[in-house]
Amino acid sequence: MTDIEKTIEIEVMRYHPEQDASPVFKTYRIPYASDQSVLQGLQYIKDYIDGTLSFRWSCRMAICGSCGVMINNQPKLSCKTFLRDYYPGKIRVEALQHLPIERDLVIDATDFINKLESIKPYIVPREARSLEQGEYLQTPEQLARYEQFSSCINCMLCYAACPQYGLKPEFTGPGVLALLHRYNADSRDGARADRMQIVNAEEGVWGCTLVGYCSEVCPKQVDPAAAVNRNKVNSTLDYFLRFLMPGGGESG
Amino acid sequence: MSKRRPYVRPMDGWWLKNPYYVRYMSREATSLFVGVYALILLAGMVSLACGETAYNNWLMAMTNPVSIGFHLAALAAAIYHTITWFAVAPKVMPALFLAGKRVPDIAITTTQYAIAVVLYLGLFCMVWRV
Repeated sequence: MTDIEKTIEIEVMRYHPEQDASPVFKTYRIPYASDQSVLQGLQYIKDYIDGTLSFRWSCRMAICGSCGVMINNQPKLSCKTFLRDYYPGKIRVEALQHLPIERDLVIDATDFINKLESIKPYIVPREARSLEQGEYLQTPEQLARYEQFSSCINCMLCYAACPQYGLKPEFTGPGVLALLHRYNADSRDGARADRMQIVNAEEGVWGCTLVGYCSEVCPKQVDPAAAVNRNKVNSTLDYFLRFLMPGGGESG
Repeated sequence: MSKRRPYVRPMDGWWLKNPYYVRYMSREATSLFVGVYALILLAGMVSLACGETAYNNWLMAMTNPVSIGFHLAALAAAIYHTITWFAVAPKVMPALFLAGKRVPDIAITTTQYAIAVVLYLGLFCMVWRV
């Protein structure tokens, strides 16, 4: 059989807030091609079978972080997941786990965005420099201390992977804490003291029980579990150093 | 009026829904074996303080097949816990830099195994007076 004759079944979670009490699943049969992503499969459904299907997407190349969904119960970017990895089996697509469903595969990201804003996700210069003084220089080691954590694309797959976030939505969560670490670990930044308040809080790093699935599903190898758990050490040092140092300690 | 009605999915039985979560819960459950094992050791210490008869009774109780079975299960649980702990150790310790380069995770995990092997060999040599 050539690719043209092959088909594959996609079971998609549907939820219409005005009609459904809870999400339901609908199965669609679409043409199969080995080079097609699951996102293209969803687009086929929307274009040719059922125009009411709602889902988010933008770049199609794993950099915008919009198209995260559960594919066969695993959080994945639908643009980076291919039909060939499941063929001839069935594919089951659901909205990202642990996040409220707005409609079909669209989740409500308000909580994530609010948390992201709260950590000051930008460099607050440690020392003010004028243009004449030139750029802020870093050694390769200083870059290596935060570089991997700066790859986060805010796709929220790690939130869908984190049962602690599902059980306790007030938990700051893996992605935001990884980004917090990205700025705290940057030699140019000076807002560490402010961010440590978030790290030290009950909803901060201590909400994590090191399930570790967040790092497993991260499409950008950010390793949020490492960022969160390294900050447990920082948080502990922060706690004890304030007894020893006037004005509180600054831990490494 | 807003027609929004965001649906929040229940978390019932969450840890059975993904093999990764099952492994996580098994790792956490190993603490029960370690806890009970610590209590048994504590009971041994107390009986030792109580005198020879009490201590001999405790030693007798330890030879019971149920006790041996439990100790084997506790050993298996402790080994599983150790493996998972060695695997996550690079994530929980501050990033290690040697000569300006980050020490890779695998090097940290391997070093732990190496140290464990050396310590256990030393311990066995001491106990069996090799």
